[in-house]
Amino acid sequence: MGRYTLRRLLQLIPVILGTTFLIHFLVWNLPGDPFAGRCGERPCNPAYIERMTELYNLNDPLIIQYGKYLLNLLQGNFGEDFRGVPVAETMAEVWPNTVKLAVVALSIEIIIGIGAGVLTGLKRGGFLDNLVMISTLFLMSLPVFVIGYLLQLTLGLQLGIIRPTVSPEMPWSELIVPGFVLASLQVAFTARLTRASIAENMRADYVRTAVAKGLPRRRVVGVHLLRNSLIPAVTFLGTEVGALMAGAIVTEGIFNINGVGQTIYRGIITHDATAVVPMVTVLVLVYLLATLLVDLLYAVLDPRIRYE
Amino acid sequence: MRVSRGARYLAGAAVLMTAVAACGGGGGASGGGGKAAADAINVLGCEPENPLIPADANEVCGGKVLDSLFTGLVEYDPDRNGEPVNAVASAIESKDSKVWTIKLNQGWKFHDGTEVKAKNFVDAWNWSAHSKNGMQNGSWFADIEGFSDVFTEDPDGDGPQKAPEPKSSTMKGLKVIDDYTFEVTLSHPVSVFPVKLGYTTFSPLPDSFFKDPEAFKKKPIGNGPFKFVDRKNQQYIHEEKFAEYKGARAAKVNKLNWKIYQNEDSAYADLVSGKLDFMESIPPSALSGDKWKTDLGERAISGQQMVFQSVTFPMYNKKIWGNAEWRKAISMAIDRDTITDKIFNKGRLPIKGWVAPGVTGAKDGACGEFCTYNPEKAKQLLAEAKQKGFTPPAELKLFYNADRGGHKEWTEAVANSVTQTFGGEVKMVATPYPTFDEFRAAINDHKMEGIYRTGWQADYPHIENFLNPLYKTGASSNDGLYSNKKLDAKLKDADKEVDPAKSQALYQEAEAMLAEDMNAIPLWYYGLQAGHSPNVKNVKVTPFGELDVTSVELNKS
Amino acid sequence: MSDPTALQPGPVTTDAQATTESQATAPVGKPSSLWSDAWHELRRKPLFIISSVLLLVILVMAAFPQLFTSVNPEWADLKKSLQPPSSEHIFGIDIQGRDVFARTIYGARTSILVGVLATLASTLIGGLFGIVAGYLGRWADTLISRFAEIFLGLPYVLGAIIVLSTLAPVSSDPSRLRIMVIVILVMALLGWPILMRISRSAILAVKHSDYVMAARGLGASPMRIVFRHLLPNALAPIIVVATITVGSYIGVEATLSFLGVGLRSPVISWGLAISEHANYLRTAPHALLFPAAFLSATVLTFVMLGDAVRDALDPKLR
Repeated sequence: MGRYTLRRLLQLIPVILGTTFLIHFLVWNLPGDPFAGRCGERPCNPAYIERMTELYNLNDPLIIQYGKYLLNLLQGNFGEDFRGVPVAETMAEVWPNTVKLAVVALSIEIIIGIGAGVLTGLKRGGFLDNLVMISTLFLMSLPVFVIGYLLQLTLGLQLGIIRPTVSPEMPWSELIVPGFVLASLQVAFTARLTRASIAENMRADYVRTAVAKGLPRRRVVGVHLLRNSLIPAVTFLGTEVGALMAGAIVTEGIFNINGVGQTIYRGIITHDATAVVPMVTVLVLVYLLATLLVDLLYAVLDPRIRYE
Repeated sequence: MRVSRGARYLAGAAVLMTAVAACGGGGGASGGGGKAAADAINVLGCEPENPLIPADANEVCGGKVLDSLFTGLVEYDPDRNGEPVNAVASAIESKDSKVWTIKLNQGWKFHDGTEVKAKNFVDAWNWSAHSKNGMQNGSWFADIEGFSDVFTEDPDGDGPQKAPEPKSSTMKGLKVIDDYTFEVTLSHPVSVFPVKLGYTTFSPLPDSFFKDPEAFKKKPIGNGPFKFVDRKNQQYIHEEKFAEYKGARAAKVNKLNWKIYQNEDSAYADLVSGKLDFMESIPPSALSGDKWKTDLGERAISGQQMVFQSVTFPMYNKKIWGNAEWRKAISMAIDRDTITDKIFNKGRLPIKGWVAPGVTGAKDGACGEFCTYNPEKAKQLLAEAKQKGFTPPAELKLFYNADRGGHKEWTEAVANSVTQTFGGEVKMVATPYPTFDEFRAAINDHKMEGIYRTGWQADYPHIENFLNPLYKTGASSNDGLYSNKKLDAKLKDADKEVDPAKSQALYQEAEAMLAEDMNAIPLWYYGLQAGHSPNVKNVKVTPFGELDVTSVELNKS
Repeated sequence: MSDPTALQPGPVTTDAQATTESQATAPVGKPSSLWSDAWHELRRKPLFIISSVLLLVILVMAAFPQLFTSVNPEWADLKKSLQPPSSEHIFGIDIQGRDVFARTIYGARTSILVGVLATLASTLIGGLFGIVAGYLGRWADTLISRFAEIFLGLPYVLGAIIVLSTLAPVSSDPSRLRIMVIVILVMALLGWPILMRISRSAILAVKHSDYVMAARGLGASPMRIVFRHLLPNALAPIIVVATITVGSYIGVEATLSFLGVGLRSPVISWGLAISEHANYLRTAPHALLFPAAFLSATVLTFVMLGDAVRDALDPKLR
């Protein structure tokens, strides 16, 4: 197990390098000119373009550009974005917001998604089952921005229960609705996965054996059934941690949250890769660590899985 | 010009996806409450795209902040429809529109206490024009004699070669006569030169700027009615009243907070509830069905802006360019009235010329009947165009950018209008470029395979600003490569004319000549939909469609 | 209930083909057994019957929209913009002055094609890699998993903007079909790692079970182990996720359009219709809610069908 973990950690290095290079390459080489959109309907002052090109080493071959960037990065220098604002400053402002939102969303996924999945999986075909299945279906069938708008409109503007937008201090209470919007699709996925896997395992031999042994139902469900049935849901949630952060673009926009998704989106739209590369790198890192954790959890949850 | 106002937000369908301007509602008066600071007003701002240096601000967000921090030689008087009046300058004179003598008022101070002298202007202009400093607006000084000595270009455009070192660090056309007088020699006569001087780029810079530009970027020092206090990235910019301000239009409120929002809808919600005191861009969701007028009542402000919208034919692409009848046929197939009514809720108004109304020298009707919807005449013109040997493309694309500005709805409506007028004989399709920079790059490289949306927001309120940069052969923003020798000559005459009235008349004649070729089809100009909170009074809007921050006052509670 | 067989051929064969394709190379002794059993099981499920009838309707709508409306979905009368539903236009009028009912009917084709094809593509790619990774383990697992992580780490919009603008530059005049194909490819390219992980973990979960061990002990070939033993047992979660994916991809298509990088008008799709009218939700909800309702109904259909098929396919549930 220890050797496995170590190996996985070492594997992170090429993946991170590959990803940063890919992002660096892709964002700086998007079609169009990074500076063409910065001067309204008139061509930019050539002197301005030259200063910027110089500043970001855009005249160098790609690999040297990347090398210089990496060297700066290793020295802890993230550079400045096109507006002259240090990227490190932006990162420090933006990350806590996104993490907060992701934590709320993930909690909602776990509580509602797994909760509903377990409940319905144990009692298939009942009223509750149908209710949960139909409401998760409904959530899945609406694009995130429609759910966001609808909730903002009804709860925020018409009923006045929530603030239509989140205030900059990001109080937890104001994050519940945005968190739910962000989690909505995943909640549905999680609930369905859990339900399917519970229902399947209910018929498994070991459960039958446990029941036959006369173990109390609570123990059968809690120890035997849940442990095995949560694997698909855990996989799913693990892979979604990264997606929750990057995928918050729409939610952050609707609820006025200054987060990573918005910053990356802005960077792509304005062709400003300075903030995009480090942000995506961190996203990928978070993602990789989360999946590693998931893989390790496998072994804990399911003794049938072994890592050599 | 400054990047037009729409570019600040991803308007239209994507309004809430806000790209460029972002974030952080509320920040302003800590906690976002309107009452947090009784002597402060909270005004909708947006994140500047460049450092706060006057010559580097080519877009609205930085521009409006800098306008409150700096006062130039002249300012545009909101009480007189934006006519330029002397501010720091006491006199700007010339006999031939070529050599200008500028005298300054004494006693003006920068926020750091140093005096505003002639050399602050001359040094600032030399620095801003110098190509090594790479200021966005460096080319604004191109009219001054000796500009080519300080400004050099990369010989191969965008390649590995570097621009040669400029010969000099000063322009020989700028001469300091004494502390309060300087002389500007232009390389050719420019009658509107004094009007241009109100543009932010021509602001003076304090001596401390030249010692440490980096420190200045963090804390700009100007000579305007407000001084800079602090800013938080994507959240706010705080300013306070400059007590020693010498100008006629001193601030009446003690604190000015620019609050930056992620999207207009959340700003609007704050406006309605009084947490925001002013915003000049009511979002489409509130404009729809005139909801904003019921929401705001007397606090709603309607006006107009000096923003002109058009579609342009690339002259370099003969398949699209066709002949004049063809372009006129397209123009007459566009139902401007219904589109402005239904898509914009009358927030934009049809225009019959190439100059937004309200600017000095604007005269309605230059385009005449060709800017009127007339399906019959359009079909007739199309037939004539074909007779003259032009084959219209099977599908005429109307390009726009999808990421910001909210151009999807109207380009599609224009396309439908044209397609249906010609009964499918000409099929127009609105086609998006994913991002603005991709769109602009294609335009600047002259690669357009169809017609495309264009817009212009005045830098200064004068008819000249709508003509010279856009339609003169080789002009900076003449991106369709339009060229008309007669028009060039007429514009040159107007530039030379010393008498303002005569000069304006010549510009009007030039504008009328555009109707012959119809290289750009005028569509409409922007109205202004603004609103303020109950906390403020005496709210005035500048000709640029922004709050006049000096005249606004707080209601005593 | 009367014999439903007559009603079902359309949807069932499409779905069955989809699943058989993924195991097309299976050298199964009695290839029909599992599937014919499933088929037998399915015919008696009311859930299956309802969903396949619904799907049939949707498919007919997608194939022959003219049957449902005679209104030209492209005809725009801007003067009527955003009019609420009336007897003349039962779903009302959209922002451009077009009939919402006609556009909703015509939108079915694009939305369903995009959703189904993108899911098929990502399930095939993801499933294949997942099985290989899960079964072979070791370096193959490592390689595939790390490779997938690069895609997963990439934010969706970034990937979509890049691929869409490099493959379909506006100036090159791509045909509508090509834009659609490219959108599908982008969705598959960015979506397969999820299915890869799901199928990998499903395989991992059964890899060490007794019956697999037994089969291996008996000298079964890897192919046989994968297709006879692992796949049928791992198929359930894959199918659940895949059916849900069809729905979510229809929604993703809407989001991409919303961000300006997905389908473009003049293509008619539900996603486009929804994103075009998000701004008018307060004043003209009909223009958004009707296409959204159709979208929901379609997703519902797919998931119900998926549930039914899964129940029938899973030998353990019989």
